Amino acid sequence: MTMLDRLETLYQQASAELAQIASSEALADWERRVIGRKGEVTLLLRQTGQLPPEERAAFGKRANEIKALLSEAFARREEEIREQELARSMEEGQVDVTLPGRKVARGRLHPATQTLREVYAIWAEMGFQVYRSRDVETDEVNFGLLNMPPYHPARDMWDTFYTTEPGVILRTHTSPGQIHAMREYGENGTKPIRVILPGMCYRYEQITARSEVQFHQVEGLAIGRGIRMTDLKGTLTEFARRMYGAERRLRFRASHFPFTEPSAEVDVDCILCGGAGCNVCKYSGWLEIAGCGMVHPVVLRNGGYDPTVWSGFAFGMGPERITMLKHGIRDIRYFWGNDLRFLNQF
Amino acid sequence: MLIPISWLKDYVDIPADMPVELLAERLTLAGLEVGKINYIGVPQNHVPGVTVPPSDHLVWDRQKIVLGKIVEVKSHPNADRLVIAVVDYGGAALEECVTGAPNLFQYKDTGPLATPLWSPFAMEGAELWDGHSDEPKRMILKGRPLRGIYNKAMVCSEKELGLSDDHEGIMLLEEELVAGHAPGTPLQDVLGDVVLDIELTPNLARAWSVVGVAREIAALLDLELRLPPTEVLMSGPPIAGRVGITITNPELNPRFTLTLIEGVTIRPSPQWMQLRLRKAGMRPINNIVDITNYVMLETGQPLHAFDWDIIQRRAAESGANIPTIITRLPEPGESLTLLDGSVHQLDAHNLLVADTAGALSLAGIMGGLESEVQPDSRNILLEAANWNFINIRRTMQSRKITSEAGQRFSRGVHPAQAEVGLRRATELMRVLGGGTVASGIVDNYPLRPEPVVVDLPVSEVRRITGMDFTATEIAAILRRLQFGVEEHADGLRVTVPDHRLDIGTGVIGQADLIEEITRIYGYDRIPDTVMDDLLPPQRGNVALQREEWARDLLVGAGLNEVINYRLTTPEREALLTPPGAASSLPAVGYVTLANPISQDKTVMRHTLLAGLLEVAARNLRHTDRLRLFEIGSIYLPVSGQALPAEPRRLGLLLAGPRDVASWDLPAREGLHDFFDLKGVVETLLEGLHVRRVAFAPTTHGTFFPGRTAELTVNGRSAGVLGEAHPKVLRAFDLPEGLPVMLAELDLDAILDYADEMHVVQPVPTQPAVYQDLALVVNREVPAAEVEAVIRAAGGELLEDVRLFDVYTGDPIPVGQKSLAYALTFRAPDRTLTEGPVNKLRQKIVKAAQQKLGAKLRE
Ligand SMILES: [Zn+2]
Repeated sequence: MTMLDRLETLYQQASAELAQIASSEALADWERRVIGRKGEVTLLLRQTGQLPPEERAAFGKRANEIKALLSEAFARREEEIREQELARSMEEGQVDVTLPGRKVARGRLHPATQTLREVYAIWAEMGFQVYRSRDVETDEVNFGLLNMPPYHPARDMWDTFYTTEPGVILRTHTSPGQIHAMREYGENGTKPIRVILPGMCYRYEQITARSEVQFHQVEGLAIGRGIRMTDLKGTLTEFARRMYGAERRLRFRASHFPFTEPSAEVDVDCILCGGAGCNVCKYSGWLEIAGCGMVHPVVLRNGGYDPTVWSGFAFGMGPERITMLKHGIRDIRYFWGNDLRFLNQF
Repeated sequence: MLIPISWLKDYVDIPADMPVELLAERLTLAGLEVGKINYIGVPQNHVPGVTVPPSDHLVWDRQKIVLGKIVEVKSHPNADRLVIAVVDYGGAALEECVTGAPNLFQYKDTGPLATPLWSPFAMEGAELWDGHSDEPKRMILKGRPLRGIYNKAMVCSEKELGLSDDHEGIMLLEEELVAGHAPGTPLQDVLGDVVLDIELTPNLARAWSVVGVAREIAALLDLELRLPPTEVLMSGPPIAGRVGITITNPELNPRFTLTLIEGVTIRPSPQWMQLRLRKAGMRPINNIVDITNYVMLETGQPLHAFDWDIIQRRAAESGANIPTIITRLPEPGESLTLLDGSVHQLDAHNLLVADTAGALSLAGIMGGLESEVQPDSRNILLEAANWNFINIRRTMQSRKITSEAGQRFSRGVHPAQAEVGLRRATELMRVLGGGTVASGIVDNYPLRPEPVVVDLPVSEVRRITGMDFTATEIAAILRRLQFGVEEHADGLRVTVPDHRLDIGTGVIGQADLIEEITRIYGYDRIPDTVMDDLLPPQRGNVALQREEWARDLLVGAGLNEVINYRLTTPEREALLTPPGAASSLPAVGYVTLANPISQDKTVMRHTLLAGLLEVAARNLRHTDRLRLFEIGSIYLPVSGQALPAEPRRLGLLLAGPRDVASWDLPAREGLHDFFDLKGVVETLLEGLHVRRVAFAPTTHGTFFPGRTAELTVNGRSAGVLGEAHPKVLRAFDLPEGLPVMLAELDLDAILDYADEMHVVQPVPTQPAVYQDLALVVNREVPAAEVEAVIRAAGGELLEDVRLFDVYTGDPIPVGQKSLAYALTFRAPDRTLTEGPVNKLRQKIVKAAQQKLGAKLRE
């Protein structure tokens, strides 16, 4: 057999073999054996020198031709096999997408903190900044300077924890912060103020689903030379719509707090029943969300302001109550119970 | 406070077409919160826009439950214990009802009654309460034979109508109750009523009576108010000279008045009065006691009736010419037995009503046992007085007693009301007790309040309300509340009526009046505005912002925030120190409650750790993995100061598996250990860009010895972190063998160094050279020291040092350890080559040899 015959035979056989190859491993093997650096075609080419000189040119040309044809065929076959293998791996690699995802161990803020932040954010946009004051307070600031001298009947509205230190109590509300804020920020009654006063408050009450010995309150205070009752209504209405939804209806009910006058309770139409009556709103159709009023002249005076020139409004609300209303929570004891089965729902 | 609508109608003509639910809503909006509406026999109305709780009370059918007139009572032919009542119920014929009512037996077979008996009458099909059932149960009246006589109607007991539990006999109505009503009148129109349960805020003391509420309704609806009659027929001899009054302390007792009613008969009150008292929540006793209660409920003025004969006897026995009532503070050691039988050792401020023989009653709060009206009393000395509300309040608190009278006086009653109540009650006693009133009133009034007059400029009303009220509008509203108003060019001169004490003077009085104006005008009619006042200087709250920043970082580190009670007990915090060990908790006293409400909350906490361990113990009953933090104050008394320091603390707790399990990845064996906790602290500090942080071994009673570190920031101690002591875990009922990582950090010491403006390093442009280095050192050498030596020797070109392996054991000699570091070298401005890096490495090894005795591990 001549070398040229051998070359042609090799070409036929290698082409046929390539067509049968089904895996990338076999393909790599074929490439190495046939067209690789030590492959059969290369080896034949290297033997060109053994041929008579007049045959060399034709043989070399044909050998290079065949090498190019086989390389092309190889590339085509390689592409086909890659496609086949990809298709196979897709076929085999399907997963049950209904299996649960792997849990991410994320942390969470306590729901009271989440609500406090929401409250801060809404008031911040209206120019109210956060002012914090102490939990253990004097009777004087908690009551006296807020227009409740000793034995004042209004003191009955707060069941108070007294300490063994005379004149020192656990604050029953965040209202004492009003006095602190006015004295600290008012510059002797010469500067307007807009603050909110968050903090933990304490009441001498049995712990039940509806009452706690400890709870957050957020008090608000605006003092200026032209703060009006219409502003109080407008501002609280704005807050309530932001907090509870734009469609909410509000109701201001006359009430009494010794440190505001006129005073009001603010109700929002029941989130659960829309006002038709349900057991959350005790069939009144309304939910109480805040107490408020115009700052009492005595309190303005105790804060360093001239009540004939300055006026202001104040309000107070409970973040736990807000959270309960928004999430249908029926038991306030969940908040300090810290059961992760509760906390992890936020 | 329970207020029957029927009683209100004595004093104000509530429009007939105004549903009571709407009235209740108006009162509620005006600050008299109607907490509940109790219906008696009448149906509930459904008013559009007003939501009220549905009521399932019994409604008396207007056709089937009517007023019946019993004209004759006959014996039952077949039963001795039954009678037949012959009833005119307005129908064409009389109806015969079989009944066992014992209160009809006296009329049995006495022929047609000269004075007919009136009774509620129910016909077949009427719904009633079952009189024979012990449980509340309704029934429909059905016709049936009773001992041979077919019976299809009945005369009703109070129980069957739902008026009371009384089923002893049928309800017989006294003439005064049925006056003007014919037989067959729907019972609703005779006995039907609605009772408002009103909750009053302390400032509304003046409204704590039927007249007080009627006055509010009159003002709200712009109706005329009638007042209780004050005329008294005084036909007896003058009272003057027969009894004296001595007031020793007018500040505590501004006024004391007395009348004398002689020859009364003590008997039950008339039915109309009993029914009203019961609707208002009081139990009828006898006519004299009932009248004092009735007039208190009606006018708000408490009264007290003495047995005049006992008072006279006491005077005679103590050698006095005439009885003298003396109001005074107690003698040292004086005691008094009150009519409820309680004996009181009196405090110095407990004002007494006394006579020359001794104490009679605790002024304004409760009568004494001895001088109380008796069933056979004949002559009544009636007191209406006025007392300082603060002193009444102090006395009720110190003596731990309360009473209807005391509650009213403690909120403030105007002294002018004493005479109003006295006259009303005296006349009622004359009429209902049948006595003669001695002429005149003994009235000792040493502290007559000045009339309160407030000048109210219209501009002031406008300034505070933001509304353009006119002088005429303001005056009209105030007059509706019985204020006297004079209009002047520059405003109004307002005189406060003599039933209220809540209006101050000057700017305070103006605010008090503005509240009344807006309240009656209606808050719902006040428009909403946006503040157009000057925006105050805006001040950020850096401490809060940083605290919230810390919270976000901890949440990002996968921790759950908890909030615990800040009240605890010293005993619970003592569990943080194993028995015999020295406590490492703050060595100061506690902020201690004088009146704890429960035994588990007596002091303000010193630490967050006890609360965190308690939360862990509770949650470990249903979960195995805990990563918790709490931010909050602790309370440390400061010597020489009344108020404690309230520093803020950060508490951390990690326990259980480090990783969360999933369906193909069981919870790995790795439990949280010290380095997980330290990693959280480091993550927090890095996130806050706090620098100059150090951790050093420390000891702390609550922690596992040798697994505890103190954190310092800028050389300032910032708290402790470590593994909890196993004995502490046992004390808190935590599971055996589960390590719990705990930290309590001083939040202020950390946040003071938080840096919102930290400088950012440029991203490197030059390639780095990486080299590994393993050093063998003695086991006691802290890793932090090794790293410090490496960094110092490496200089600026050593960009990073990362410990990637700690190894002990073969071939490392006993007592030594191998620390393997990955070093990153980089020059900011050029490509580093092996040459200089190798030199640096040799320098590091040499430094480690010299300073730490380290050997290079080849
Ligand atoms: Zn509802």
